[in-house]
Amino acid sequence: MTAPAPQNGPSWLLHRPGDPAQVLIRGARVLDPRSDLDATRDVLVRAGEVAEIGESGSVEAPERAEVVEAEGMMLAPAFVDPHVHFRVPGHEHEEDLETGTRAAAAGGYCAVIAMANTEPPVDSAAVLGSVRDKALTEASVPVGFVANVTQGMAGRELTEMAELREAGAIGFSDDGLPIRSARVLRRALQYQRLAGGVIALHEEDPELSAAGVMHEGEVSAVLGLTGVPAVSESTMIARDCSLALYERARIHIQHLSARASVEEIARAKAAEVQVTCEASPHHLTLTDEEVRSLDSRFKMNPPLRTEDDRQALIEGLREGTIDCVATDHAPHAPEEKEVPFEQAAMGVTGLEQAFAVLHTDLVLPGVISMELLVRRMTQGGESFGIPAPRIAPGEPANMALIDLEHEWEVGAGGYESRSPNSCFAGRTLTGRVMMTVAGGQVAFRQRSFAIGAAG
Amino acid sequence: MKHLLGVENLTREQAERLLDRAESFAEVGRRDIKKVPTLRGRTIVSLFYESSTRTSSSFELAAKRLSADVVSIKAAGSAVDKGESLKDTIATLTAYDPAAIIIRAPQAGAAHLVAGWTDASVINAGDGKHEHPSQALLDVFTLRRRLGSLEGTRIWIVGDVLHSRVARSCLMAFGLMGAHVTLCGPPTLIPRGIAEATGANVTYDLDGLAEADVVYALRMQHERMSESFVPSLREYAARYQIDSRRLGPRQLLMHPGPVNRGVELAPEVIDSSQSLITEQVESGLVVRMAILYELLTGSDRARPKGGPMSADAPPRIGQPA
Repeated sequence: MTAPAPQNGPSWLLHRPGDPAQVLIRGARVLDPRSDLDATRDVLVRAGEVAEIGESGSVEAPERAEVVEAEGMMLAPAFVDPHVHFRVPGHEHEEDLETGTRAAAAGGYCAVIAMANTEPPVDSAAVLGSVRDKALTEASVPVGFVANVTQGMAGRELTEMAELREAGAIGFSDDGLPIRSARVLRRALQYQRLAGGVIALHEEDPELSAAGVMHEGEVSAVLGLTGVPAVSESTMIARDCSLALYERARIHIQHLSARASVEEIARAKAAEVQVTCEASPHHLTLTDEEVRSLDSRFKMNPPLRTEDDRQALIEGLREGTIDCVATDHAPHAPEEKEVPFEQAAMGVTGLEQAFAVLHTDLVLPGVISMELLVRRMTQGGESFGIPAPRIAPGEPANMALIDLEHEWEVGAGGYESRSPNSCFAGRTLTGRVMMTVAGGQVAFRQRSFAIGAAG
Repeated sequence: MKHLLGVENLTREQAERLLDRAESFAEVGRRDIKKVPTLRGRTIVSLFYESSTRTSSSFELAAKRLSADVVSIKAAGSAVDKGESLKDTIATLTAYDPAAIIIRAPQAGAAHLVAGWTDASVINAGDGKHEHPSQALLDVFTLRRRLGSLEGTRIWIVGDVLHSRVARSCLMAFGLMGAHVTLCGPPTLIPRGIAEATGANVTYDLDGLAEADVVYALRMQHERMSESFVPSLREYAARYQIDSRRLGPRQLLMHPGPVNRGVELAPEVIDSSQSLITEQVESGLVVRMAILYELLTGSDRARPKGGPMSADAPPRIGQPA
């Protein structure tokens, strides 16, 4: 997808150049909330752009275009994930840009934003340059890279944010860790006036969450596990929203997990703080009851919380307090998860299942509408200056073709991701991405999905 | 029953059966020759990642009384010291084809994981702050012998509930047998949500202690505390120590050991006639014999072993049919 770049500046999103898509998608239900479109249409993509949208049966396939018979399927703008971990550099045995973007493409994504808590972290223009170069040869889906807010993610000295921004940092984050010091964060927010770029914040007060491995509540009480109280998140959100208001800065709050956090964001938005936020598919569909199994696949940070918290997140998604869905795709090697719960690494993968999980658990039971889900899954880039993709003539082709009736078992056919730590493994989901066009190129086709040629 | 992972997944019938079995072993314990041949030729591995005196020794002795071969491994000095993962350690030990693995580990759920990695019966001898089922069973056994039944009894568990796996297992086991449980301790050492999750009463002072039939004092677990949960042991003792002034003449006293004398218990009550502490240790042996017996001689334990030479092995590719 195209991203607005500053004059003579870098592009924020990078991927491997390839053949532009030439494809006619026939007879799908085309749903694009931003184009006010929900109807059966033929969509022609020529040279990587949406060329024509017409009544079903009215659009002719040009020569050498791929024709996809998509009756009964849904064609939506492809999704944008503002929060993934691709483990490059340093942990390529868990994920790299090739496998990570393959997972993204299989999940219907046309753009993802990679976090900077790598080894070494992305705290210098040199490291940022190296991962951006890699994206040009390895990424099948456009990737944006944030750079760190503080050097070495140590929370003390700011990175060279202005230089990093010029070198292509799509935003800034020490994700994985909170910025413990209010003084340091305040400096970063001031410096944003020079450097630009939204600051994305992982909110957790280590004084309250230290040593915690799951939500503090009834389940942790019975299991004897140290809990992370919901207030460890909400108090930091309150602090940082106050700082952002004071400095008139822009912040993005990552992975909300608790009702108190949603309420803090709602208050901040009402007070005209420039704040956006995200919630993950697992926090929207699972609770700490899952942890009773002591299965380390349910260990992540922030932790799964209560049903009341989950309901608050859904309500926030509905009302717009929560702007977007983000997977926090966090691959881990099996040996980091095949250990007792307290020792296991935190994090779950999510790109390949995100849509199907939310479709199965929230849309099919009628909790949220399909239109809302598509909206929240496509606007994850907006906080970072990346507008949500649209299906409209002249727009670059970024779309996901989805069979809404296709049932599949997560993990049964393996994963595109290099790591298998999905908390939905073994679940049967309804709705599967059959094809993804990202940045004007066909990035993914479901193996079983037959295609035809014009002619 | 294949494993004993926690009290949480025990039914009252299973618990009663174990306790009845323990009674029969108590009878064996009064004979001159205390050994029975039940588990002759079977191997039991005891794997302790945390220090233990009474649990490890009583499981070991229980296994020997049943004539099993016992391999005891302590984390210090083993491959665990060299960084071997739990999974790899279990794979290694499973190669000896043990009938049971008894495991104590500092992390909740370690025994559950091990049960998924081995064919052996797995006995949880304490997993982090989670459960310690054999302790809870021996406590129920001790009380049942003294009181006949726990139905309707009032049991106060006093002290550091937050860090105590014994408290969690006992709370469930006492409840399972029909007792009413009250948890009492400083607010900083009572886990948030425990009352809602378990239905136990929670109180922060000893004012109502007179209602208790049984006072179960917990050990102050300094070793699990990395920070100060109470201002001082002096203030803790002043508020929560069970002494002869607080312990009524008809109340029974229990403690899982080892006792911090002068902290949770005053010396005079430890050695009083109301104290069941020594009986708890004695019960430990017979209850653990009963656990091993029930898990290893159950009807589903007969496993036919087909080696590479067994008659029904499929022919290999290239092998003449």
